[in-house]
Amino acid sequence: MSSWQRFAEAFLDWDVIVQYLPAIGSGLIVTVEIAALVVICGIVLGLVLVVLRSYRITVVNWLIIAFVDTLRSVPPLVLILLLYFGMPNIGINMGGFVVVWLVLTLVLAAFAEEIFWAGLLSVDKGQWQAARSTGLGYTQALIYVVMPQAVRMTIPPLTNRTIAITKNTALGTVIGVAEIMNEATTAVSFSGNASPLFVGALAYVMLFVPVVYLGRWIETRFAWRKN
Amino acid sequence: MLQVVDLHMAFGTLEVLKGIDLAITERELVFVIGPSGSGKSTLLRCCNRLEEPVKGQVFVDGTEITAPKVNLNKFRQRIGMVFQSFNLYPHLSALANVSLALRKVSKRSRVEAGELAMAALQRVGLVDKAHSYPNELSGGQQQRVAIARALALEPKVMLFDEPTSALDPELVGDVLNVMKDMKDAGMTMLVVSHEMRFARNAADRVVFMDQGVIVEEGTPKDMFGKAQHKRTRDFLQQVDH
Repeated sequence: MSSWQRFAEAFLDWDVIVQYLPAIGSGLIVTVEIAALVVICGIVLGLVLVVLRSYRITVVNWLIIAFVDTLRSVPPLVLILLLYFGMPNIGINMGGFVVVWLVLTLVLAAFAEEIFWAGLLSVDKGQWQAARSTGLGYTQALIYVVMPQAVRMTIPPLTNRTIAITKNTALGTVIGVAEIMNEATTAVSFSGNASPLFVGALAYVMLFVPVVYLGRWIETRFAWRKN
Repeated sequence: MLQVVDLHMAFGTLEVLKGIDLAITERELVFVIGPSGSGKSTLLRCCNRLEEPVKGQVFVDGTEITAPKVNLNKFRQRIGMVFQSFNLYPHLSALANVSLALRKVSKRSRVEAGELAMAALQRVGLVDKAHSYPNELSGGQQQRVAIARALALEPKVMLFDEPTSALDPELVGDVLNVMKDMKDAGMTMLVVSHEMRFARNAADRVVFMDQGVIVEEGTPKDMFGKAQHKRTRDFLQQVDH
């Protein structure tokens, strides 16, 4: 048997693929659901945190920085396991889907806050001065003049980081969330064939390549280079 | 209209203003000149408290804006400021730049704000650029939009911080013409600039600052022709006029 035929037998077994395609399809939907929720909630939370941080209230800043630094340092898998297996001990049962969503949202929010903060700091001081000199209050200057510029400047690192974090939905497999990886590995054990894994990989490609292109489109359309 | 009393300002231990007393009457155009580091820009920025003085008072139209409980945002509308680097909002069109404060601070409706903004753009001759973005405008046009942005709020006094210093020479004239028009229309203006010819033609008074103090002041004729202090004469000799 040629190596191509062996490869095809191991990874492209058509019967196995057809049998488990629906399962992986439903896994895809779960992955999309979690990913979409994580992106929206994570970025919104990141924006809220950065606006709060800009008021420079010492205690609040301390809390934000502690939160952000912790969530950027701990591997998401550790947090997922901690929440899923640890929380029931104090009476909170969240279920796998919620745990994965919550952990990835907090991680994305932490990275997004840092990215937005860097953008905020790099907006020219003259923009603040011009805005304040026309009578705009601090919050107004922040919302209407400074943040719009900060966000546009940080779109490239933001889309990058978002794509990286949402791929971690695969970690849901460890706590039984029925997303792509879980369905794929289950199918592999039932069929004794690696083809479902291959289809799983294809499912990720199908899902994230458009996202990558979307990110690049957003970048070219809205992002600025700092002059 | 604008009065500065015993103004002191320091950045940490570096004293920048060492007791400035200056009074500008209505409709007056006062030109402030001096070497870099003399504190001219800082003085300007203290007039609308973009920099906080460490001592002294600033009065605008009779009200002390350095008083503790003053509504600074409200009073800043009465004081227009034009910056050396224009500081237009790059993500907004010229019209949006001019109308932003009208909508958010003066709380005008979108329509009203738009009309007032167009009127301001008309005064600086840029109605046809209302929907252009700052990066589509020349430096002179951007500065004129910046002037319109300040004018739209109908300020009592306008502060100019080296308004033409960042412009290519051929664009300076347009901005100076707008400033001359404003002067003729009766605006009270405090201008920090090196444009000595403009000072000769348009200024009512010229103030020479050096190392945080006002060395000398007088009419353009007095200052440019027969300045009393040597420091003034030395400086004026160095600067082309």
